[in-house]
Amino acid sequence: MRTRTAFEKDMQTLEDDLLLEGSMVEKQIERAMTALRTLDHDLARRVIEGDKEIDRLRYQIEEHAIQLIATQQPMASDLRTIIAAINMIVDLERMGDHAEGIAKIVLMHDDQPLLKPLIDLPRMADIAAGMLHSALDAFVTRDTEAARRVCEEDDEIDQLYNQVYRELMTYMMNDPRTFDRATWLLWAAHNLERIADRATNIAERVIFMVTGRMEKINA
Amino acid sequence: MQPAIQTPFTPPSVEPLARPNETPSVATSEERASIEIRQLSAWYGKKQALDDITLTIPEKQVMAIIGPSGCGKSTLIRCLNRMHEVAPHARAEGEVIMDDRNIYDPSVDPTALRRMVGMVFQRPNPFPTMSIFDNVVAGLRLTSTPRGERLEDIAERSLRRAALWEEVRDSLKRPATGLSGGQQQRLCIARALAVEPEVLLMDEPCSALDPIATLRIEELIRQLRGDITIVIVTHNMQQAARASDRTAFMLAGEERIGRLVEVGPTTTIFTNPREKQTEEYITGRFG
Repeated sequence: MRTRTAFEKDMQTLEDDLLLEGSMVEKQIERAMTALRTLDHDLARRVIEGDKEIDRLRYQIEEHAIQLIATQQPMASDLRTIIAAINMIVDLERMGDHAEGIAKIVLMHDDQPLLKPLIDLPRMADIAAGMLHSALDAFVTRDTEAARRVCEEDDEIDQLYNQVYRELMTYMMNDPRTFDRATWLLWAAHNLERIADRATNIAERVIFMVTGRMEKINA
Repeated sequence: MQPAIQTPFTPPSVEPLARPNETPSVATSEERASIEIRQLSAWYGKKQALDDITLTIPEKQVMAIIGPSGCGKSTLIRCLNRMHEVAPHARAEGEVIMDDRNIYDPSVDPTALRRMVGMVFQRPNPFPTMSIFDNVVAGLRLTSTPRGERLEDIAERSLRRAALWEEVRDSLKRPATGLSGGQQQRLCIARALAVEPEVLLMDEPCSALDPIATLRIEELIRQLRGDITIVIVTHNMQQAARASDRTAFMLAGEERIGRLVEVGPTTTIFTNPREKQTEEYITGRFG
């Protein structure tokens, strides 16, 4: 006999809201990168505006989670899911901030062109957004193996970040006038590196939610 | 009516079971077992109520026993002071080891055992005709005063341990029935503590109390921890979570025979239980 249908519905709402926040963040990363590649200031402004909605949703989910703890006394896997969700929404919200950070870099360019055509940064963005997507899939399917694979992908991001760093350093050393624009691109790379890192946090929370064990993977 | 207290009727000639401080301790691990239940089964007439329970209850900790109605948890703790066999046609098989002795050994006197293993019931049951003071020392009056202490001193100490002293110190001669439900339950705990038991069994001790009285009893359980072994049967999972060190989950199948499903540290049981049945019960998916 199922005895807690109302509670189960509440838990489902919590998960759905979290996935909604996740997909909003994914879209924000994609749009911020498009804005950067094309230096589209309008799009960048829309990304900055869109971050407010992610923040709002984060607090809504947090409030809902607190309500569930206070009124339903969740235990075992329910408790772990709620605690994992509370942590995940913080990571998602920060990922949204990083996407917003990239959008702000677009605006910093004013009417200057990009220092160089972007190659590694879009690759970083694709991998990072893919990691987020896979981590959220693993959350839905409770798949710890998929979660572990997300953490492994972080190595590639770190390699790309180092590559970007070295390349931009070369630009700066060769021509100090490129200093500003090289720094901005480095910041954008740093934002992407942070996004990937937070995707691994989410994957680790999935593992905790399923197994009850807190693990730092690929630290 | 249930017997009010299970300790008072030890004749002075009966040697009580050895106390741990009277025998050299052989235990080396930090967690000494207070009670070892081995392959215990119990019946009421032909109806089996417990099947093959094996469970170690660590000394001076709080063990909670949880499970749905009819899972045999009350029967189990009643086997720990041989109260179970008091019911008509009731019997138990298996071993319950305390102080290296099986309490079901024919040489063990059940009344001596019950002095060592006190019990508190669902509804507070002070002796209705007695004063608060007389209730606390009722068990001692019928046996002997240990170490030649004054009954007044023992009563005060017991009431303090039961966190009731400050509320009743000026009304010790008043009838116990004038106390609130929560106070009466703490009085029953004081009465059980007065004979210095090693183990205190509590069978749903808060089910007749309001939330504040309940929290006071739970607080008291936490205070007594480290001093005495407590085994508490409760329907209230939050209570088990709050008050105990270890939790045992019992379940009866379709044939309605109680079995032990899982036992472990309380925090583990409530955050990450091993068994699916435990998970379903504590998350409220059934039961």
